[in-house]
Amino acid sequence: MATTSTPAPDPVLSYPRFIARMLRLAFSGAPRFFAAMSVLTAVALVGLNGWAHQLADGMIRTNMTDHVSWGLYIANFTFGVGLAAGAVMMVIPAYLYDDEDMHDVVLIGELLAVSAIVVCTLFVVVDMGRPDRLWHIVPGVGRMNWPVSMLTWDVIVLNGYLALNLHITGYLVYMKYLGKKPDKRLYLPFVFLSIAWAISIHSVTAFLYSGLGGRPFWNSALLAPRFIVSAFITGPAFVILLLMALRSFAPYYRIGRRPIDTLASVLRVTILVNLFMFGSELFTELYTGSAHGASARYLFLGLHGKHALVPWIWTAVALNVTSAVLVHLPQSRTKRRVLNAACVCAFGGVWIEKGMGLIVPGFIPSTLHEVVEYTPSLTEWKVSVGIWAFGLMILAIALKITLPVLSGRLAHNTRSPASLPPPGER
Amino acid sequence: MDKGRRRALKVLGGTLGAGAFAAALAPLRAWSKSLSVEQFLQKHYKELSPSELAATMRRHEREAKAKYGRDVHIEDVRPMEGVQFGYALNLSVCIGCRKCAEACHHENNHDRKTNNSYIRVLEMEQGTFDLEKGDATYDHPVPAPGKYYLPVQCQQCDNPPCVKVCPVQATWKERDGIVVVDYDWCIGCRYCEAACPYHARRFNWEAPEIPADELNTEQAYLSNRVRPQGVMEKCTFCLHRTRKGLLPACLEACPTGARVFGNLADPESEIRRVLANKRVFVLKEDLGTKPRFFYFFDT
Repeated sequence: MATTSTPAPDPVLSYPRFIARMLRLAFSGAPRFFAAMSVLTAVALVGLNGWAHQLADGMIRTNMTDHVSWGLYIANFTFGVGLAAGAVMMVIPAYLYDDEDMHDVVLIGELLAVSAIVVCTLFVVVDMGRPDRLWHIVPGVGRMNWPVSMLTWDVIVLNGYLALNLHITGYLVYMKYLGKKPDKRLYLPFVFLSIAWAISIHSVTAFLYSGLGGRPFWNSALLAPRFIVSAFITGPAFVILLLMALRSFAPYYRIGRRPIDTLASVLRVTILVNLFMFGSELFTELYTGSAHGASARYLFLGLHGKHALVPWIWTAVALNVTSAVLVHLPQSRTKRRVLNAACVCAFGGVWIEKGMGLIVPGFIPSTLHEVVEYTPSLTEWKVSVGIWAFGLMILAIALKITLPVLSGRLAHNTRSPASLPPPGER
Repeated sequence: MDKGRRRALKVLGGTLGAGAFAAALAPLRAWSKSLSVEQFLQKHYKELSPSELAATMRRHEREAKAKYGRDVHIEDVRPMEGVQFGYALNLSVCIGCRKCAEACHHENNHDRKTNNSYIRVLEMEQGTFDLEKGDATYDHPVPAPGKYYLPVQCQQCDNPPCVKVCPVQATWKERDGIVVVDYDWCIGCRYCEAACPYHARRFNWEAPEIPADELNTEQAYLSNRVRPQGVMEKCTFCLHRTRKGLLPACLEACPTGARVFGNLADPESEIRRVLANKRVFVLKEDLGTKPRFFYFFDT
């Protein structure tokens, strides 16, 4: 057990007060914080309204059909799982390769994972025709088709990953708040488990698609590796941008240059590997000339005069190539703006490639080889943007309450750090 | 003063937020009206006791009466002992008239607006079996020269990918080989629709609309009763008819006699004679789905 020289309060008895202080912190702050939260709330409410209409009128409010039966929602779900899995890229260098500098950003990565899991869970819920029957999938109460259905595996691993990350971040932040040295036995095994678990959430999500024999576009063994590699693009890219933003939003939380350098090095590898896998998949699909390549032909070139996705996918290719070039420029090591641009391009490129660029062509041509196109409806856009806004809100609040603790500005015995409200205020 | 103003702003913000939240969810009032506690708590078909199932069916009948003003009769038609259903279709005589699709549309209480049917007929080019060259949206007199016709419906696979992927066991294969859906258990995730290689599954994107006087009032729990919004449905080989010794509606409507339906377990049945004597094949055999729907050429 850890021993500390200063007397620490009882961890059980002071927990309610810790939660109360954290909640208060979540709802107080500078005008800038309030403004940002208000905007995100408004956008999330527009999404909520879109979903309410969709529930009342039916999924007819979306542009999905019996031909293209999954669309923007499942595209964002897939991308979101990748973001959650990629967040663990902060953990791997810190714990597997003992990179001390990375410890500072581990918790940020895990908070990102938590927010991303919430986002992708919401995307599944809004895609359901009968969310009122969600309890049917709860083991014991409903009839979960485990282990045969890959979707049940996904439910298990996503919830498990959420629990793991909530435990690790909650425990570490609370110990820091109490001024206690965390007990390694209580978090280290979970940290290592979360690394393996991160790989599992995205592999299982890939198996969801690659296990379907009737959809040749997805029925590829390369899908899971591609998912993992592109996850290791979006996770680090997002965290780099987040760290840059934190310099202005939380200037007291000092993070050196090293974590950003490490994440940029990860990006230099994963962006290229992703392009390579993307290319080899494309070669196999197109060169063979078999009917199995029809979806790839539709995606890149158009099929039977229909080419709704062609501009999307070429945008993704352009963004991916641009990010690969930018991240390898020597300036990416010295100029923030170059690295930021590379991260934005990489993030956008993967969002298209692994979202709309993967889900929709799986349905075009249909299993009876009909070419029915799909573009998301206004409702789908509202709901999707609303969910992302909600996710950003969760992340912002999570950072707002944890960073003061991590930086030592807020602990059980501190009373009123400068930017925090005086504890006496009620 | 500053503190007071701050608090007033917070109260105002909170009130506005709560108001906006309520307004955003307002459309749900209509939705929640269509939900009842009974319906919410209803168990899976296989877990209902005989009396619970009876009560559920009576409830659906009452709801149908309220909605359509018609006396609907919903039954739980069970599989017959020693029966394994199979279907065969003679591509040499099918003329692509879509009478089967139309009969299905009426028999199974399909949504009128979308003209839904469990059967999709592809107009194929002579000399190829490439589905990519097929066309399901043809609109001209049939049979057209140089074409043949390929009606596709649920293949009632013995190794059904749709059943495998369902996360809540809302779809399963019955003893007689028919794959059914519990419309009151399906969560509407549409994973089965993605998994099916034959485009056999349909989703209720909105509540189906059927004029009251066109409603088929002879219904079964697992087949043609009117489906709720947001759930999957599919061809059931008209189990409400076939499990009582009648023929599927699509077969009865076929003007050319292209369709052969029967008991695969009976060596004397017509379907067994077709399988034994014709050059029979199944769609996408390479996928290992083991269909119970067979195609053959006569000439």
